Amino acid sequence: MTSVRAVRTVRSVRAPGRWAVLAALVVLAVAMVSPFVIVTLNAFKSPAEYSAGGPLSLPKGLYLDGIIDFWNRVDFGEKFLNSLLISGAVAIAAVVLSVLNAYALGIGRVRGRLWILVLFLVANTLPQESLVYPLYYLSKEVGLYDSKLAVILIFTVIQAAFGTYLLSSVLGQFPREILEAASIDGAGKWRALSRIVVPISRPTLSVLVIFFFIWTWNEFFLPLIFLISNDNQTVPVALGVLQGEKMMDATMSSASALLGIVPAVAFFLIFQRTLTRGVTVGAIK
Amino acid sequence: MAPSPARPRGRGGYWIFLIPSFVLFLAVIVVPFVMNVATSFTRWSGVGTPTWIGLDNYTKLFKDERFWTSFEHNVALIVAMAVVPTLIGLVLSAALFDYIGKKFGSRTASVLRAAYYLPQILPIAVAGVVWNWMLHPSYGAVNAIFGTKVNWLGDPDLALATVMAIMVWFQLGYPVVIFMAGLQRADPALHEAAEIDGASWWRRFWHITIPQIRPEIFVVLLTCTIAALKVFGPIFVLTRGGPGNATMVPSYFSYLNFFQKANVGYGSAIATVLALIIVVVTFLFLRVQERDA
Repeated sequence: MTSVRAVRTVRSVRAPGRWAVLAALVVLAVAMVSPFVIVTLNAFKSPAEYSAGGPLSLPKGLYLDGIIDFWNRVDFGEKFLNSLLISGAVAIAAVVLSVLNAYALGIGRVRGRLWILVLFLVANTLPQESLVYPLYYLSKEVGLYDSKLAVILIFTVIQAAFGTYLLSSVLGQFPREILEAASIDGAGKWRALSRIVVPISRPTLSVLVIFFFIWTWNEFFLPLIFLISNDNQTVPVALGVLQGEKMMDATMSSASALLGIVPAVAFFLIFQRTLTRGVTVGAIK
Repeated sequence: MAPSPARPRGRGGYWIFLIPSFVLFLAVIVVPFVMNVATSFTRWSGVGTPTWIGLDNYTKLFKDERFWTSFEHNVALIVAMAVVPTLIGLVLSAALFDYIGKKFGSRTASVLRAAYYLPQILPIAVAGVVWNWMLHPSYGAVNAIFGTKVNWLGDPDLALATVMAIMVWFQLGYPVVIFMAGLQRADPALHEAAEIDGASWWRRFWHITIPQIRPEIFVVLLTCTIAALKVFGPIFVLTRGGPGNATMVPSYFSYLNFFQKANVGYGSAIATVLALIIVVVTFLFLRVQERDA
C-alpha cells in the first residue's frame, strides 16, 4: 500500500518523488527477503549465542553444529535423494506421456480431441483430496502403499495432464511441410516423432521437464499421505512433519528451514536460464 | 476411431499414442474419482463394507457449521492469495516497468522483481516452516522486531489474519513477474502518446496498462483462486486448522475425516463438493474470458 501512496506524491513533488518511489519499493523488497536472511543468520548461531543475542543479532562465527546435527537426525541426505529420485522420474515420464498425447492430439488430430483435452484440463484442476482416499485404498490393495513408485505414477499422470494441454497447442502449430516431406521419404509415425518432432520441440520439452521437476519437488499433500515411513519421505514432508517437535530448539528449527530453502534456491539459479528462454518461446507462440 | 478414407495414406491411427496415458489416466484419475463420489453416499470407516446411506452425508454437510466456516476461510484465502496479490502486483509491476525501469535502469527493476519473486520458489511447506520459525511465540523474530509478545498463530482472533498475510507474502511475486512479462508485450507508443497528451500516471495505468494486460490478469486470478481453494500445505504446517477451527479449510477438513476420524464417507462428500466448486469456478472464468476476448 505504501507504494500507492508514494506513487501519488510523485506528481506533486517531482524531483524527490522518484527517490520516494524507489525507497518504498526497496523497503518492500527488503521486507520480502528478510525472512530468508533472518533464518539463515540464525541457522549459523550456537544455542548459547542465540539466547544471548536473540533472533536479530549477527552470528559471531560460522557455527555449523546445528545444521549438521539436524542433517544427521533426520538423515537429510536420504530425504534429498528421495525427492531427487521422485521428481526426476516424474519429470521424465510425464514429458514422455505428454509428447505421446500431444503428438496424437496436436499433429494426428484424432477425433474427439477437444473432449480429450477438456478431460485432461479437468483432471489437472481436480483437488487431490477428491482422489486421495481411493488412491490410498487401491495402492494398499496392490501393495504399492508407502512406496516411491506409487507417488511417481500418480504425479506422472497429474503433470502429464497439464503437459498434454500445453504441448498439444504447441504441436498444433508444427510446420506440416516438414512432416509431409518425411512421410514422402517413407518415415513412419514413430520415426517422424522421434527424429523430427522431438528434436525440433526440444526447447519447449526442456522447459516442461524443469516445471514438472520443481512442481513435484514442491508437492506436499499426496507425498505426506503415501510416504509414511521415514526412509521414503521427501524433503518438504520431512520438514513439515517435524514442525512443533519437542526436540526442535530455536537454532535447530532455523537450520531445518535453511535446509528447505537451499535446494529451492539452487534449482532456481540452475534452471533460471532455461526458464527465461522457455518463457520467450511461449511468448512467440 | 477408424482412419477416414479421405485422408492421405498414413495419416490415421494416431490414437495408438494415447493408449499408455489412457490406461494410467483411468487408474489414477477416473476410477479413483468415481470411487470417491460413490463413497460419499456411504458410511464407511475405511475397513469392512461401506453402508449405503444415500444423501445423508450431504444433508449433514449443509448443516455442519465447521463445513461452512471452512468455506468462509477459503473465501478469505482467495482474497489473500488471488485478489490482494493481483492488486498489489498490478501497481508494483507498472511502477517497476515504466517508472523504475525508465528512471533508474532496467537492472534496478529486475533486482527488485527478483526480490519480490523469491518466496515463490519455495515449496509451500518450507515457506510454512520458515514462518513458523519467524512467528514462534517464544523465540521468533517477528516479536523481536516489533517488541511484542503476540502468539500470532496460536491466538484464535489472529490466526487467520496471520495465515492470510503469509500467503500474500508467498504469492506476490507471481503476478509481478507475469504482469511485467505482459507489459513487455504491450505497445509503448500508446503510453507515450498519452503522456504527451498530459494524461497522469494514474490515468495511463487505468486506461492503458490494465486493458493491455487483461489476459495476464485473468490467468493470474484463475490460477490463484484455484490454488486458494485447494490450499492444504500451509494450513497443515502452520496451524493444523486451529486453534479451534480458526483456520479450518475444506481440504484439511476432508483430510481430518479421511485419516484421523475414519469418517471416509463424510470426507468423500467434502472432497466431492470441493471438486465441484473448483470445476465450476474454472468454467465460469473461462466463459467470462471467452466473452471478453
